[in-house]
Amino acid sequence: MKQLGDLAAVFAYLSLLTVGGGMAAFPELKTLTVDVYHWVSFPALLHFYSLGQLSPGPNMMMVASIGAVVAGVPGALVALIAFFLPTGLLTFAIGRLWIHLSTWRWRPAVQTGLGSVSVGLVLAGAIVMGRGALIGLLYAVLAIAVFLLLLRTKINPAYPIIASGLIGVLAHWLDITPT
Amino acid sequence: MSDPVSAPAPPSLGRIFWVFLVMGATSLGGGVVGYLRTGLVVRQRWLDDVTFVELLSISQTLPGLNATNMSILVGDRLRGWRGAVLATLGMCLPGGTIMTIAAFAYSIGGDDPWSKAFLHGIAAGAVGLIVVVMVQLGAKVLKTFADYIFVLATAAAVVIFHVQVPYALVAAGAVAIWWHRPRRKQDGSDPK
Repeated sequence: MKQLGDLAAVFAYLSLLTVGGGMAAFPELKTLTVDVYHWVSFPALLHFYSLGQLSPGPNMMMVASIGAVVAGVPGALVALIAFFLPTGLLTFAIGRLWIHLSTWRWRPAVQTGLGSVSVGLVLAGAIVMGRGALIGLLYAVLAIAVFLLLLRTKINPAYPIIASGLIGVLAHWLDITPT
Repeated sequence: MSDPVSAPAPPSLGRIFWVFLVMGATSLGGGVVGYLRTGLVVRQRWLDDVTFVELLSISQTLPGLNATNMSILVGDRLRGWRGAVLATLGMCLPGGTIMTIAAFAYSIGGDDPWSKAFLHGIAAGAVGLIVVVMVQLGAKVLKTFADYIFVLATAAAVVIFHVQVPYALVAAGAVAIWWHRPRRKQDGSDPK
């Protein structure tokens, strides 16, 4: 029960940080799940995050994986509900108020101001993730290749990400990867 | 609801659940917003493009993921709170099930060197994806030189000075909102 309570508290807290996307919460996600509670190792967190990018639906369904690692199916359910309920209620309430806010003088300021801060948080998340994931030249090259491909084409991101995985397997077969 | 959508009759709750379930199961590879637009605006015609963009801008401003925030807002517009709950459930059910199964599979085969090689590879690819998403988000919201300073200051606070994300969010957010505060232009050309 204690574990379910911890899961609920952690993911409800993380939920409120997802401004601009799930990546904005990544630095705190790493600190809490890896360093504070030791639920998963940092590589495992990166693996779940990446698998979550390949799974359909919202891109942070990987919170279910962490919940499941900690406390099985109930853990997955608690993590999911905790992660979506607080922001869900907020969105529901603001969604109904929004029409009244359309003439509010501060609305453009809030949208623009929070916009730049959320890009900053996503950047911080990307740096934290990059430090863990880009552990050799090969991986840095893969990340840059995927970045350029997605920037210039409209290809479904799942394909280049799966291709990166296969290149990782190939490199392992050829014995040219670190670890 | 005091604000009905222009569509003639709102769809049934079961229909809402089903349509969101299908989108939740087929929106592979991120970019769920594109799938939402195709599903809601083009196929079902539950929303027009103007409303879609309006709801999307709410979703992006508030905390929470775009996909679930959109499910809540669209579900509420169509059928009140029950619609919001069923739309969100449908959106999350397939991915949540898959990622729960993935956790069990990982505990069995995650330590195998071959799966590790694959997982390290996709993690590197995912970094590339995140940077693209960030660049696209930035292209939309960063307009002045000061905005780029806010981006760098926020990221530096978190990564270099280890400021906890909520403090960075509140502090940088307050400064950035104040910077963009509403004021009358001196030259009299008040935008909007």
